[in-house]
Amino acid sequence: MKTIANVFHQLERWLEPVIEGIIRLCGISAIIFVFGIFFFVFREGMGFFFGGLDIVEFLTSPDWYPTSLNNKRYGVLALIAGTFSVTALAMVIAVPFGLGAAIFVSEFCGPKLKETLKIVIELLAAIPSVVWGFIGLTVMNALIIELFTVPIGLTMLNGGIILALMSVPIIVSIGEDALKAVPDSYREAAEALGATRWQVIYRVLLPTAKNGLLAAVLLGVGRAVGETMAVLMTTGHAVKIPTSPFDSVRTLTATIAAELGEAAVGSDHYRVLFIIGVLLFSITFIVNFVTDLVIKGIREKA
Amino acid sequence: MAKISNSTKKIEIADLTVRYDGVEALKGISFDIYENEILGIIGPAQSGKTTLLKTINRTIELEPNAQVSGSVKIDGTDVKSIKNVNQLRRRIGMVFPLPVGLPLSIYDNVAFAPRTAGIRKRSELDELVERCLQQAALWDEVKDRLKSLGTKLSGGQQQRLTIARALSHQPEILCLDEFSIAIDPVTTMRIEDILKELRSQITIILVTNLIQQARRLAGRTAFIFENELIEINNNDIIFSDSPANRLTYDYVNGNFG
Repeated sequence: MKTIANVFHQLERWLEPVIEGIIRLCGISAIIFVFGIFFFVFREGMGFFFGGLDIVEFLTSPDWYPTSLNNKRYGVLALIAGTFSVTALAMVIAVPFGLGAAIFVSEFCGPKLKETLKIVIELLAAIPSVVWGFIGLTVMNALIIELFTVPIGLTMLNGGIILALMSVPIIVSIGEDALKAVPDSYREAAEALGATRWQVIYRVLLPTAKNGLLAAVLLGVGRAVGETMAVLMTTGHAVKIPTSPFDSVRTLTATIAAELGEAAVGSDHYRVLFIIGVLLFSITFIVNFVTDLVIKGIREKA
Repeated sequence: MAKISNSTKKIEIADLTVRYDGVEALKGISFDIYENEILGIIGPAQSGKTTLLKTINRTIELEPNAQVSGSVKIDGTDVKSIKNVNQLRRRIGMVFPLPVGLPLSIYDNVAFAPRTAGIRKRSELDELVERCLQQAALWDEVKDRLKSLGTKLSGGQQQRLTIARALSHQPEILCLDEFSIAIDPVTTMRIEDILKELRSQITIILVTNLIQQARRLAGRTAFIFENELIEINNNDIIFSDSPANRLTYDYVNGNFG
């Protein structure tokens, strides 16, 4: 018996560093992949970025004529405006709905309804984006034309609504987790002080869970900024700085998806699409970074 | 005995039974609590003491699997018949075993209940917060940092904060559930002194694991064991050599439990 125990002990001493090494590799691989992707995307665009692209025009001009024969223009302002306007509209719709649903699921509904709702919400999150795009293209399009008597329904409004529907499940499930993490003792204490349910929610739960709720909202924003297929199908794909929700717009992501396949590899057009990729990457990086700062700020104050 | 028979009944508990998923946590308990007394409740863990407190302010209703039968009357009114449960809860201060500083400022912690009750005037709130913190012997330590978070205070300070908070809605009844479990003896003694002072104004129910604490503070003590009320009597009987029940004697003298 003693020798068997000894062997195991010996084995453990050998295995321990190996396992530690594997786990370390797993952790570091995340960093490697992120930098790898960034490097690859940047490398593809680099040639044009340093040789010929007018950065100021790129960022400030709404003229996007990458395939024009005699006057090629690479301005992405309209695309940035498209991405931001659709995202903003989606969030205006999704944040109140998502947080409201999270509060309802976490605080108000009974255990049976809660289970059902959570399953359905997860199902909603699992619908492929092309299916959402299809719904936008057919159902929403017809609905918008009918309701607002506009000539086309493939607009910023359509894309915003579809994106909102796609972001809501994320906001609900992360938000519900954040509310669930508030200790029950807070609820009990507040209820024992004679607070009504609503008072418990807005005086105690929301302030306590604000970090998690903010994270939920920003994950929703991330989802909306990065979404490609659904917005490509629903926003009308017209390069235009929108002036109303009934304007067609085009987003950064949709532009890459639609044009990359047709741009000649190595051409300026091909490279500028990769620069747009870097731009998208930077936007999401900034959003994440700001989130971190905000959350840290809240934590320090707390 | 004379002191008590002169007093009026504040709480009447009659045949109170509570079941969690069918398992009895309290078995047909009946006794009265008089106005302006400190009633000690002793007994081992899991004997139903906390459940008893929860039936008084009806927070038992927040437990989805609890079933209550029998009655709890405050000033002759069955608590079950009170329509506005929040109003009932505001009449009762509740202090839990572990200090629960709500994640709000010290000021907002104490002003929480008055605000939910609709008090908005700043001067009124200021005055109330100061008075409650004074009563809980915390004012001098925190008066310069009322805006800082209540959860940043030490355990003992937080427990005094919860007592200040429990007093903030000027309750008629104060329930303390093993309030000294997480705080040091010196702070415990300070809080005990506060409770003695408060006795003239409110009825205090003191659930405690510390038998000596019940002996020091209470006028009468109830002994609950295995979800049944074994004995309720004046302290000079409970802590004498001949309480009414042999079990009480054994528990108080540390022969079991």
